Amino acid sequence: MIEQQELIPYLYRTEYRKIVSVLCRHFGFDQIETAEDIAGDTFLAASETWALKGVPPNPAAWLYHVAKNKARNYLYRHALFENKIFPGLQSTAPGSYQEEIDLSPQNINDSQLQMMFAVCHPAISQEAQIGLSLRILCGFGIEEIAAAFLTNKETINKRLYRAKEKLRQEKIKIELPGPAEIDRRLEAAIAYWHTQKSDTQEKWENILQLYNQLLQIEYSPVAALNRTYALSKANGKEEAIVEAEKLNLAGNHFYYTLLGELYTGLNNRKAKQYFQKARSLAKTRADRQAIQKKIDRL
Amino acid sequence: MNEFLLVFRGEYQAMPQGDPEEWRAMAKKWQDWIGGIAAQNKWVAAGQQLSPEGKVVRTNGVITDGPYTEIKETLIGYCTVRAESLENAAELAKGCPILTVGGNVEVREISAS
Repeated sequence: MIEQQELIPYLYRTEYRKIVSVLCRHFGFDQIETAEDIAGDTFLAASETWALKGVPPNPAAWLYHVAKNKARNYLYRHALFENKIFPGLQSTAPGSYQEEIDLSPQNINDSQLQMMFAVCHPAISQEAQIGLSLRILCGFGIEEIAAAFLTNKETINKRLYRAKEKLRQEKIKIELPGPAEIDRRLEAAIAYWHTQKSDTQEKWENILQLYNQLLQIEYSPVAALNRTYALSKANGKEEAIVEAEKLNLAGNHFYYTLLGELYTGLNNRKAKQYFQKARSLAKTRADRQAIQKKIDRL
Repeated sequence: MNEFLLVFRGEYQAMPQGDPEEWRAMAKKWQDWIGGIAAQNKWVAAGQQLSPEGKVVRTNGVITDGPYTEIKETLIGYCTVRAESLENAAELAKGCPILTVGGNVEVREISAS
């Protein structure tokens, strides 16, 4: 049972990006600051209210409920402002205050995927891409990002601000790019998930789904093998073994290594056979030694 | 290898309706099945999305509301795959999630022109 003081940072890691992504999709990417403000205010409200009234039974649902209300209030004030101060001015904001903010799992997933593509846009520098990803997608604080980049808060804040400005100027819409560009972005998204050190179901499920998409656009044996590995982590080794045996990548030592890995712990005799086959196909001494280690560990 | 058309038939009512968890579980099954075919380098393309409403036009200008919902053979969707033979293509279809909700998959070879 997570203590209350650990719960909010924990939820921040997972829920902040979901709320920001959905709000960005709803308001438009040029309103990203507003989306972050609303998400930030929601967590502030949580830390104040839960300290007084205790943690609610469904903390994530509480956060979504409050975020929806804050977003609705913001849109209402925005519409009110435009009508009172500039009557007759057409609001250009995509979402009106009457539209419900959709925080269903499907819309959260779609919004996050779109957000991943938006923040990894080639118009901004690699460091800025990583910074934005860490901030918006991971929910890391500015201090943590500064520490990771071995720099200070001011530099990171400037970098993120410039990146968001650039994206606004380029009028990047949060949309899915065309098939040709998707490859590169999918690979970036996969790499991003691999930076998550802890081995969670969510991480591997995300990697699996990204590979499912990548393979539909462009097949490669490496992607097929990596997808099968992710499948073993997300859906279990048995299912992955069935899929692996359909891959038919004879002559590829990584294929036999994967099969050896999958069988390890389930059928060590088969695992050894596959590792030995892999070793016989391996081209370099380093590869052969690495495979030998796996055999020795059986 | 040739290309094959896979046509999914079933009932719209049998698909997950409102529950987000059910929906997500079903979406995962479809993505994992497609990903498995793609990993074998046998995926060609997804079909276009179809709206559930439809019409059926018959002889003598008769138009009725379709699809054939009473026969449980409503066309839900389609895709194309590559395979060495009709039998192998049918093997690929065995993993289709429509089968878990009482549907079926028709497999047809696309004739080379």
